[in-house]
Amino acid sequence: MIRSMVMENKFLLIRDLHVKVGDKEILRGLNLDINRGEVHVIMGPNGAGKSTLANVLMGNPKYEITKGEIVYEGKVLNDMKVDERAKLGIFMSFQYPEEIPGITVENFLRSAKMAIEDKPIKVMEFKKVLKEKMKLLEMKEEYAQRYLNEGFSGGEKKKSEILQLLILNPKLAILDETDSGLDVDAVKIVAKGVKEHKSEENSIIIITHHNNLLEYLNPDYVHFLVDGRIVKSGDISLIDIVEKEGFESFKN
Amino acid sequence: MDVDISRKTYVEDIDRGIYDIRNEFKYSYKVEKGLTEKIVREISEKKNEPEWMTEFRLKSLEIYNKLDVPVWGPNIDELDIENIVTYVKPRTDMKYSWEDVPEDIKETFTRLGIPEAEHKSLAGVGAQYDSEVVYHNLKGYLAMKGVIYTDMETAVREYEDIIRKHFMTVVPPSDHKFAALHGAVWSGGSFVYIPEGVHVDIPLQSYFRLNAPGAGQFEHTLIIVEKGAFLHFIEGCSAPKYSVNNLHAGCVELIVKEGARLRYSTIENWSKNMYNLNTKRAVVEKDGTIEWVSGSFGSKVSMLYPMSILKGERARAEFTGITFAGNGQHLDTGAKVVHTAPYTTSSINTKSISKDGGVAVYRGALVITENAHHSKSTVSCESLMLDNKSRSDTIPVMDIRNDEVDIGHEAKIGRISDEAIFYLMSRGISEEEAKAMIVRGFVEPIAKELPLEYAVEMNNLIKLELEGTIG
Repeated sequence: MIRSMVMENKFLLIRDLHVKVGDKEILRGLNLDINRGEVHVIMGPNGAGKSTLANVLMGNPKYEITKGEIVYEGKVLNDMKVDERAKLGIFMSFQYPEEIPGITVENFLRSAKMAIEDKPIKVMEFKKVLKEKMKLLEMKEEYAQRYLNEGFSGGEKKKSEILQLLILNPKLAILDETDSGLDVDAVKIVAKGVKEHKSEENSIIIITHHNNLLEYLNPDYVHFLVDGRIVKSGDISLIDIVEKEGFESFKN
Repeated sequence: MDVDISRKTYVEDIDRGIYDIRNEFKYSYKVEKGLTEKIVREISEKKNEPEWMTEFRLKSLEIYNKLDVPVWGPNIDELDIENIVTYVKPRTDMKYSWEDVPEDIKETFTRLGIPEAEHKSLAGVGAQYDSEVVYHNLKGYLAMKGVIYTDMETAVREYEDIIRKHFMTVVPPSDHKFAALHGAVWSGGSFVYIPEGVHVDIPLQSYFRLNAPGAGQFEHTLIIVEKGAFLHFIEGCSAPKYSVNNLHAGCVELIVKEGARLRYSTIENWSKNMYNLNTKRAVVEKDGTIEWVSGSFGSKVSMLYPMSILKGERARAEFTGITFAGNGQHLDTGAKVVHTAPYTTSSINTKSISKDGGVAVYRGALVITENAHHSKSTVSCESLMLDNKSRSDTIPVMDIRNDEVDIGHEAKIGRISDEAIFYLMSRGISEEEAKAMIVRGFVEPIAKELPLEYAVEMNNLIKLELEGTIG
């Protein structure tokens, strides 16, 4: 089985992926390969399936795979539970993070870190790491004691997502529109956080409408997602095409 | 991956651990089932009561016989007073040392952590087993300051004037049928008197345990906090489960004098065969404060609406409540506040959780009289339903007879959203833990008001209740 050997060497392989939400087919035969340490950008018009791709990689039960495969480090993810994926190193930064009242950012993140690493983490040790990362993201220390995302502004929520990214240190990070709705300064801070996370071990998928974040991040590949498929892939120069022409010429 | 349906086990009867350990039913004396004049006289006689109390009981019985059961609220048709034993005297008199309490009874309270809590963090403890208080003790330094903390029977004998003056004046027997029942067959409970200006720095706690099957518990609590004094009183209740119905119709009367403050914390964790028809009421004088913290977890049916009457200017009431209704439970709880004086303030903050077909209802009333100008009140009730079989209702009644008032009301009923579960699971947290986390987060603002050991107990309970519900 040559195919499976190739697949096992790859970090993430998406093959002929078809995904439905309710009765509507959103992804229609999507293919994508990602190697370790690469940064990929997915761009495309509204409704093309960008957020669907993020959600289906993370395993949101609302999204149903009707055909195709997602293979991550040689394992087929299709039916794997969300928390199991997280434990394998997959992370999604949410476009609209949920507010969870009653649990502090610090307690939540320590619980999550312990769940993922499957070992206890000392309170003081964790506090130190958290403080460091919050400083990097220019978050006020008191945010550690606030309830998770409750009453956070749009920008604070996105910073909170990147804080989680830095603490949980996943191998595959999917950033779903992390730069949308942010002012220039906040984009810089988020970019700083993502850069901090970027390494030879960590792969990143950036889903975006804009090139705000990209100026800071030097992606390896850019893909256009239109009508549920990747219609064009290339390097960063593809962004210029979008700037000039939009996605019209790629639509059926 | 196949979903294994059999994993969706349903926990019919939750293991309530220590609460469900029942002792062999032993007693030194009990009356016949049902309610008759003979039984009422018998109880009074056994207690060797003054004649006025016997008369009071008989008068209450008369009222009981005239009143109908409430036509609103949960169905209590299955509760048949003819099948309830109203008085069960345990095989001991009241003791002032745990050493003297019979072994099996002492064991029960030890399992519930009472002697340990007394040793560590309480200023005094009363422990009632079935119909009578078996243990009562108060730290010496408080007794020196004139603090009185004793069982009601002793109080009737030793502080007869005070009791006669106040007993069932805050909650008269004519209030409703179960208040009348209480007046007729009350037994046990605590009397607390805090003299003017005395600040009791650590809490007093009374614990009520009903061990006898098919019995009723009717303890009476009367607390008087004099001018400028302070007390935190904690009340805990539990019972093991039997197949027959039990009844709890206690009565709590709180008198908060000028500038005094009373904090009254209760956790009722009755077994699911219990009808909990309890009446609690506070009268607050000028500049006084009543703070209620109330947790209702157990029982088959609860009807519990602690009332605060703000009688003096600038009197304040705060009510914080949490209700958790599981399978087979109908918990109808809430709070009432009556503002009868100017510049009085109240805030009501409740949360309820229902699951497995449980019904949690918030029923509250806010009354502001013509006289209570410049009063302020905020009411906030939130409900969380954990599945589609469960029910939650909010029935707030407001009767405002003054224009110069400031009223805020907010009610929210919700479910755990799939999106929130997905979000938490995406951070490596299991589905079960994600749900528990959301529920714990929901009750957190209330949990932090509870005495520590009860907050821990509530967390354990949430964990127990959520186990086995996820496929």
